Amino acid sequence: MTDANLMTVPDAAADPARRKRSEALYFAVRNPKLIVGGTVLVALLLLAIVGPYLTDNPPNDYVGPKASPPSGDYWFGTTTFGQDVFSQFVHGLRTTFVVGVLGGGIAALIGMAVGFTAGYRGGRVDEFLNMVTNIVLVIPTLAVLLVVSAYLKARGVLVEGLFVGFTSWPWAARAIRAQTFSLTARDFVDLARLSGLRTRRIIFREIAPNMSSYLVMTWILLFGGSILIAATLDFIGLGPTNGTSLGLMMNNAVLWSALQLGMWWWFIPPGLGITAVVGGLYIMNVGLDEVFNPRLREL
Amino acid sequence: MRRYFTRKFLIYLLTFFFAVSIDWAIPRFMPGDPVQSMLSRAALHPESATAMYDYYSNSFGLDVPIWRQYLNFWGSLLQGDLGTSVWLYPQPVSSVIANAIPYTLALMLPAILLSWWAGNSFGAFAARRKWLDNTALPFAYILNSMPYMWLGILLAWLLGSVLDIFPLSGGYGYGLQPEWSLEFIGSLLKHWFLPFASLFLVGFGGWAIGMRNLIIYELESDYSHYLTALGAPQRLIRRYAFRNAMLPQVTGLALQIGVIVAGALVTEIVFSYPGLGNLILQAINNEDYFLLQGAFLFIIIGVLIANFVIDMVYVLVDPRTRTGMRGATS
Amino acid sequence: MSVQVKDLKVYYRTLRGDVRALDGASFTIADGEIMGLAGESGCGKSTLGRSLIAIDGRMRYVGGSVSLDGAALPLDDQAAMARHRFTAVSLVPQYAMSAMNPTRKIGKLVTDLLRSRGIAPDTVLGEFRRRLELVGLSTDVLARYPIELSGGMKQRVVMVISTLLDPSLLVADEITSALDVSTQKAVAEAVVEFRDRGFVASTIVITHDLSILVQMADSIMIMYAGKPVERASTDAVVSSSRHPYTRLLLSSLPEVGVRYEEHRLSGIAGRPPSLLNPPPGCRFRDRCPLAFAKCAEEPPFVEVAPGHSAACWKA
Repeated sequence: MTDANLMTVPDAAADPARRKRSEALYFAVRNPKLIVGGTVLVALLLLAIVGPYLTDNPPNDYVGPKASPPSGDYWFGTTTFGQDVFSQFVHGLRTTFVVGVLGGGIAALIGMAVGFTAGYRGGRVDEFLNMVTNIVLVIPTLAVLLVVSAYLKARGVLVEGLFVGFTSWPWAARAIRAQTFSLTARDFVDLARLSGLRTRRIIFREIAPNMSSYLVMTWILLFGGSILIAATLDFIGLGPTNGTSLGLMMNNAVLWSALQLGMWWWFIPPGLGITAVVGGLYIMNVGLDEVFNPRLREL
Repeated sequence: MRRYFTRKFLIYLLTFFFAVSIDWAIPRFMPGDPVQSMLSRAALHPESATAMYDYYSNSFGLDVPIWRQYLNFWGSLLQGDLGTSVWLYPQPVSSVIANAIPYTLALMLPAILLSWWAGNSFGAFAARRKWLDNTALPFAYILNSMPYMWLGILLAWLLGSVLDIFPLSGGYGYGLQPEWSLEFIGSLLKHWFLPFASLFLVGFGGWAIGMRNLIIYELESDYSHYLTALGAPQRLIRRYAFRNAMLPQVTGLALQIGVIVAGALVTEIVFSYPGLGNLILQAINNEDYFLLQGAFLFIIIGVLIANFVIDMVYVLVDPRTRTGMRGATS
Repeated sequence: MSVQVKDLKVYYRTLRGDVRALDGASFTIADGEIMGLAGESGCGKSTLGRSLIAIDGRMRYVGGSVSLDGAALPLDDQAAMARHRFTAVSLVPQYAMSAMNPTRKIGKLVTDLLRSRGIAPDTVLGEFRRRLELVGLSTDVLARYPIELSGGMKQRVVMVISTLLDPSLLVADEITSALDVSTQKAVAEAVVEFRDRGFVASTIVITHDLSILVQMADSIMIMYAGKPVERASTDAVVSSSRHPYTRLLLSSLPEVGVRYEEHRLSGIAGRPPSLLNPPPGCRFRDRCPLAFAKCAEEPPFVEVAPGHSAACWKA
């Protein structure tokens, strides 16, 4: 139908598309959820980028007095060993973003590849991919990670991100499959198929653009999920072996009895940082959903 | 219908096979040698060490070709034999795990089921009710964004350390022996509450948000509009919306179960709760890979059973799968 | 005179202000009359249909009245309006394929609906079964889920449900647009049959497809840019239409069965004016081949022949 319009009245066709985009923008800049979530996220991202330059203390060196509460010298206080918590926090925040982008990105790529193929091809291919998805879903991530970490004595953030990405895609694949499935039944996809376009072109030119907003939202959820999974891994000591991370900070705090000693400055910042990043992402996601789906806007 | 069950069953069987094979690989592919590391801690004479090494290799079944080890593993697994713990030598892994399982189940089952039920009910109630949507939902978002262990740490610090209402760690009081006495059960409950609450709260937030969004979608669907056009009261429309929104939440439970289990494990670690999570941490720290293997085996079996049950429940609650017109996508 | 609509105005709230989607419509429909309502998309026909059933949050009731058998409908009070729905005014929706809750058996759905409206199901279910058989469905469908029925079957079930309580006014919104030609004909015949049997008093059939109206409607009302432009018996509209827009519509319809919406642009040059801030005067004048100076003044919708109204200075 849109194609018919395009051919007959160019100005009419360009207009609704532009209007739709500008309308999305209009709602985007007025959506409080999107603004709040986005602001929190950007602020933390800036802190993660700039923060490490604000302090001269390497995150893991014993630089200061032991177990001192926040002060002018050590903004977030120090650990039992005299490490600078602020320095650990900003470096850990960096790790968090890297793991989220990487893990979420890889999971989104795999999820899309599996989801598009299963949803578009259907039949045997679909059944096979469904089975693979099910298996990955049920296999305990931790067990696999143990074997992997056995081989890689020195693990960096990249390895962790890759690993999280490779294990957290199943739900995304299922969701994208269902969406692709319903889009494949539409006229314009039939038309593309009849006109002899190759499968990959149909998926990238016809199907993906029509669910782009959905894909963006899926990626955001995977982003947040990856951060939480990585925090869990760090917490049980399966995270990066070099550098620092927010999960590792919490692990050390619990390990060295920060709870019993009342050293709240040691374990509050890392958890708060993760909660703020993930919460910002999730709230932004709901905001985006309202922008893209007019039906959800509250009137 | 039968085809559906057969297919499901085959998939589960295959998954079980894969998962157990990975599980088997854990101690074999670990760096270093579990027996060596155990012996090095004992600091023996070199010659007696060699003898001990042979003895332990034999008793752990590590002195045969690897394919043989794999077959033996399945064989003894089917007999319920999970090997011997290195850390708590010579206790069998199965009995070490059997002591931990009740704690983990008592923590996880109520937390998962109650948070699912309460979260869904609350989310459905909050949807399209402006004041609740604006006041309570942000809290649900924050809860849902918290790493499990951090909420645990916060609760432990506030209620355990600062206010000193609940104990900080352990499964029961230090001076007590497990027995059927009021004192012991009271102590159990007191120690159980904080880990349970932190698991419950994170889950509650997630389910409430999911349900709220699903209900809004359902209320905007064609069948809701048609009922409105025929003058049906909101009560009926919301009832239908709730029923239909529950279906994806059942599937969601299956999708989330792995993450929830991982969350429960780290929560146990925060509270030094004597369940599987703590056992796994101890096993990692003590390089007790046989114990690790056994603990994971139980987790694999538990997750598989949970998924299977959810699949069956789904068939019961979604008529579309029952009538055989369309197989469930899950 | 069973249905009387007087100067009904319903606008859409948008970011840029109100869109005057329905900007004053007055007409009457007699008992037993099937009135076709046609026009390009965006002409206000669907808004009119919707307003008669439920004005939702995005719409704003501006003015005018609708009375049914002499009693006014409380259009701007949704709670009061709910009591009239189903019993007095009813809808066969465009989305009949997805109108029924997919997880409820059809029999249960109808029972739930009746109960919720305070009607004992037993008093009506017998008639429901009879009517299902009348439209060629077995009563087995009561024990089936919507997904088990074909598109045509769902369409018929929805028609039977909507008319179950013998409403005075039935709004049928684009009920044929999703169907193939032979099913379209069957649905059109069913609408006529329901009228003949007295299941509904007056019917409004909203459609893009003028040719389907020729088969089933007693009278036709053509709308353009939020206002009715011509209203007459079907024969009169087809053979002696007075409004230039109607004539252009008919001439752009080469054969029966071709929907003109897809062809409108080749048929009639230009586009309807924006309804955000419509220009004064006749809204069709920019596209009208007959336009002259007087068209800057708005033409009244008046009777130009017995039972034939039009809004054009040259009619």
